Amino acid sequence: METPERQGPTQNARERRALLRSGDLRHALDRMMEIRVLEEQVQKLFLKGLIPGTTHTCQGQEAVCVAVASVAGVNDPVLCTYRGHGWALALGAPAASVLGEIMGKSVGCTGGLGGSMHLSDRSVGLWPTIAIVGAQLPIAVGAALASQTRSDGTVAIAVFGDGAANIGAFHEALNLASLWSLPVVFLCENNFYGEYSRIDRTTSVADIASRAAAYNMPGIVVDGQVLADVRQAVQAAIDRARTGGGPTLIEAKTYRFVGHSRADPAKYRPAGELEGWLARDPIRLLAAAIHPEAPDELMATLRNRWEATMAEVVDSVLASPEPVEQDMFRHVYAGGSGEAEVST
Amino acid sequence: MAELRMNQAIREALAHEMRADPSVVVLGEDVAAAGGVFKATEGLLEEFGPLRVRDTPISETAILGAAVGAAMAGMRPVAEIMFVEFLGVALDQIATQAAKMRYLSAGQFTVPLVVRASAGAGLGFGAQHSQTLETWLLNTPGLKVASPSGPLSAYRLLRNAIRDPDPVIILEPRALYGVREDFDPASVDLDRLGVARRVREGDAVTVVALGQMVRVAASAADLVADNWSVDLLDLETILPWDRDRVVESVKRTGRLIVVEENPRTGGWGTEVVAHVAEKAWSSLVAPPVRITCPDAPVPFSAKLERRYLPSLEWVAQQIEALCTAGRVLAPWWEPL
Repeated sequence: METPERQGPTQNARERRALLRSGDLRHALDRMMEIRVLEEQVQKLFLKGLIPGTTHTCQGQEAVCVAVASVAGVNDPVLCTYRGHGWALALGAPAASVLGEIMGKSVGCTGGLGGSMHLSDRSVGLWPTIAIVGAQLPIAVGAALASQTRSDGTVAIAVFGDGAANIGAFHEALNLASLWSLPVVFLCENNFYGEYSRIDRTTSVADIASRAAAYNMPGIVVDGQVLADVRQAVQAAIDRARTGGGPTLIEAKTYRFVGHSRADPAKYRPAGELEGWLARDPIRLLAAAIHPEAPDELMATLRNRWEATMAEVVDSVLASPEPVEQDMFRHVYAGGSGEAEVST
Repeated sequence: MAELRMNQAIREALAHEMRADPSVVVLGEDVAAAGGVFKATEGLLEEFGPLRVRDTPISETAILGAAVGAAMAGMRPVAEIMFVEFLGVALDQIATQAAKMRYLSAGQFTVPLVVRASAGAGLGFGAQHSQTLETWLLNTPGLKVASPSGPLSAYRLLRNAIRDPDPVIILEPRALYGVREDFDPASVDLDRLGVARRVREGDAVTVVALGQMVRVAASAADLVADNWSVDLLDLETILPWDRDRVVESVKRTGRLIVVEENPRTGGWGTEVVAHVAEKAWSSLVAPPVRITCPDAPVPFSAKLERRYLPSLEWVAQQIEALCTAGRVLAPWWEPL
């Protein structure tokens, strides 16, 4: 099989996004592998002490973010969580800007002010990733309120984990969005664990999507490991929202192959559970759909290429400058030194 | 010229900005059909329609979150929080979301949002509906916080706030919504937030006040006017506050009294006194003075609520004592 053109780390975000939006599944597969390899690098760099603070990686969940990025408009606001590296790459942010931010360098997408939990790139609809569980839901409702008031045709996408379905902001946001028929899609990445607690110990329902009934909106469960299924559900929900049909709650069942954060070994998981999900690796499933004769070879080719590319990215980020002291004052208020106002 | 109550002045400011800028929208509990429980949004629904003036459920997190999101998308929402205490159920959206978005996105996203909330004691609403709570917000870079002292002040602050590119919280003294003032909205100077207003000029003592305490301090200054000339500054904006004007005044008068409507511990006056001590120590001829409420919740009984708030007689006594003896009386609640 012909592999897609090389996606260099310097390619700009909008070009990277356009590749995904072309609908060519090879690009989706390639992006998923890029995310997998970046996350593996992040874990290595963290353990070496080269990443400060914390990280929340998403190996195993790559199909969800790539599916959304392939169907959402480039101006549709996407508000996601602190497990956001994959979302940033999927929406188009280049690896150097994502890894640079995770490492706190000036080449990062916000110059080292945000960090792993706060990535953003307005040029591709990556609104700041939110690190307070559930807070992004009402903010996405506000983005949808702006869309409805201005009739600008954008659809906001609120991404959250299963844990966020138990916080009050979820209830307030879904009620208001439904009440006003706002153009917003609520997408739950249900990876079955809120931090270290399994969903059946924290949540009154097995399917988060069943809560949609309480808000008079459609609730849909999809297999989050199958890119095509997520794409189809999200596309339908976006179409519905864009044409005035109001919000939809989609629940993508997925799994993180790794712990919650940092060096969490995830010993709280029952024996055999991880193995069951590894057998449904979303990258392998898509590779098999694209190239059923030799999916493993295809994956190996892509992996090798991304490992080489990511090694270059790591070197370039390591060699790049730290922020300077004055940077911490630039964006506290408008008119801070060096702040260039963006037009909104 | 028009004589306007403070709630009418607020309504005029909203209507003016909504006419000038279609991105200004108003949302909150009972702000549309009912015109607001304090009648500060009366008639806006009729003039601007249901897309721009929205009644919300009792959902403060959704109200403020939606306002943050709409602002990030380029609108200029004005959210009403009926009682400032209700910020407590949604403080995340103000202190952790709105205040941080510009910073966390390195300026890619801004939050030109205004939150109006009624604040303060004097109406017998009891401990959960009578606080000012500006100190909840002061330690939050990225926010601006203001509190008007009357109709003109409210009109000017609100129009400035709506035009401001950063999130602004306006704490409107509830007890002042019915207060009247003559002014011409067409000739109000719009400058910027963060400028203290000189209410009266004097050289004996600098009195710094905020919100409804400005009126108390002004009456006290009248009472002592035969003996002492008070340089009375209405901060109007408490974050950021006008450090330069306060320090300049104290360097002239040598004396400082702050008059606060909040419990003593950690009140905004603590910051003002500390800053003046750092910047104008050698100009001070007497210790700086904080006149505050006691460290207690606001009591319900009308008698106790009156006692709780700094009174004009008490402020006048303290001005006299400071200017005469260089020291003031201990707060009334402290044992002798």
